[in-house]
Amino acid sequence: MEPGNEPLIKFDKVVKKFGDNVVLDGLDLDVNAGERVTLIGPSGSGKTTILRLLMTLEHVNGGTIWVGGKPFSHMYRGDQLVPANEKYLREHRKTIGMVFQQFNLFPNMTVRKNVTEGPVHSLGVPKEEASERAVELLEMVGLADKIDAHPTQLSGGQQQRVAIARALAMRPEILLLDEVTSALDPELVAGVLDVLREIARGTDITMLCVTHEMGFARDVSDRVFMFDAGRIAESGPPEQIFGDPREDRTKSFLKAVLEHE
Amino acid sequence: MDFVINSLPLYWEGALLTIRLTVFGAALAFVLAVVVGTLGTMRNKAARAVAMVYTEVFRGVAALVLLFWFGNSLQEITGFRLETEFAAILALGLNVGAYGAEVVRSSINAVPRAQTEASIALNMTWWRRTRLVVFPQAWAQMLPTFGNLVIELMKATAIVSLIGLTDLTKVADDFRASAVADTFTVYSVALVGYFLFAQVLIVLVRLLERRANRKLGRPTDDSLLGLLRPPSIGTTTGGAR
Ligand SMILES: Nc1ncnc2c1ncn2[C@@H]1O[C@H](COP(=O)(O)OP(=O)(O)OP(=O)(O)O)[C@@H](O)[C@H]1O
Ligand SMILES: [Mg+2]
Repeated sequence: MEPGNEPLIKFDKVVKKFGDNVVLDGLDLDVNAGERVTLIGPSGSGKTTILRLLMTLEHVNGGTIWVGGKPFSHMYRGDQLVPANEKYLREHRKTIGMVFQQFNLFPNMTVRKNVTEGPVHSLGVPKEEASERAVELLEMVGLADKIDAHPTQLSGGQQQRVAIARALAMRPEILLLDEVTSALDPELVAGVLDVLREIARGTDITMLCVTHEMGFARDVSDRVFMFDAGRIAESGPPEQIFGDPREDRTKSFLKAVLEHE
Repeated sequence: MDFVINSLPLYWEGALLTIRLTVFGAALAFVLAVVVGTLGTMRNKAARAVAMVYTEVFRGVAALVLLFWFGNSLQEITGFRLETEFAAILALGLNVGAYGAEVVRSSINAVPRAQTEASIALNMTWWRRTRLVVFPQAWAQMLPTFGNLVIELMKATAIVSLIGLTDLTKVADDFRASAVADTFTVYSVALVGYFLFAQVLIVLVRLLERRANRKLGRPTDDSLLGLLRPPSIGTTTGGAR
């Protein structure tokens, strides 16, 4: 393979089980550097699991995940691939950031600390520098005035925007977004989506979004993956998936989602 | 009344021992509770085994027996004599520390898993996320039960006269034995002493709780009266697995 053409993220026959429940059964998935992909599909089809595997919150039961041309779920011992140990994971997951459905801000820290603790403690960024960067990021998400507030004093939408700033503070190459607007009141959704559009426009971060916001998916994604039962039912550019889906499963899924809206 | 005034210095000396035993016993119990309780939350099986052995052994053994053991038996086996006061602190600290370890363990386990996941997403090490994220949140949960435990510990110090120490209870008992005053009076003074000391402990723990809750951005009851409210039982280890 040509070095330049190698996908940034590569799932190679990835198997993930929870007990007897085989969630991913030999999944192959490639994402290129700088690409914005959206994962859609019915509940339980494995979308969250894919993001959690990339964030190393879950571990594969078979197959291998590659990031940047290097093994990610595994590491080399000699020329054997063995499951990655914690040290290896720490070295390699620092290129990846994640925003959660429920925000998961640290309630024992102010907004500023939430955004600076990662860079200071995991990347060794000096406190002042991290703090300056926090101010910039909070300005970008429109919350510079909340820098000394506690998460409990913020609305869900504000908390989620802080969570996005927190993830960006780690300067990730890959950003994982798992239904980041699903827990929000409807009137707060637009503010968060605007921030994400801004990131899509102003950076070259590779983004993997799980979302039910089809309008947003259409606007920002380069490719949409339709999942069903842990497999890719169909994938393609958003115009094709939303405008001219080939698979019946995609059609019925989109119909259900759009009716719901 | 004369008796009370004249005997106060002696009571005070006994009370000082009670206070010392409580403070040092609680300090030892606290350190043990945090270390062993944290070991109990680790994935490492050996760490968890150490924690389990300690908590099961020292919760199962009466403080009194521990006291005799450190105060007397240890010397018989090893020929090494612990200073009596130190033996008492060790017995009380080890005993209460075992209960405290369970509180720490369940409070840490009650911190939502999502918090740990968020700190993994920020690539924090186990040590950093325990220290910066998990423990501070568990802390607010531990405090009410810690308050109860430190008062339990203070009350348990009343047994130390059995290895020859003169604490507040022993002073009262000596007065009764020498019949310088009636039983009612001699013990009432001790009673008031314990009560006041317990109040001080409750207020201190309450202040710590307020600070902890404020750090979590939770509403706090800032009334003066709220400071005297004894730690509530049952609000302690909710969600513990
Ligand atoms: N920790 C877990 N333990 C057991 N089963 C799990 C666990 N996490 C996920 N699963 C199962 O894995 C399957 C896929 O779950 P996943 O969360 O990836 O789906 P999803 O596509 O994100 O669904 P949704 O749209 O509802 O969020 C489901 O059947 C779920 O029950
Ligand atoms: Mg999901």
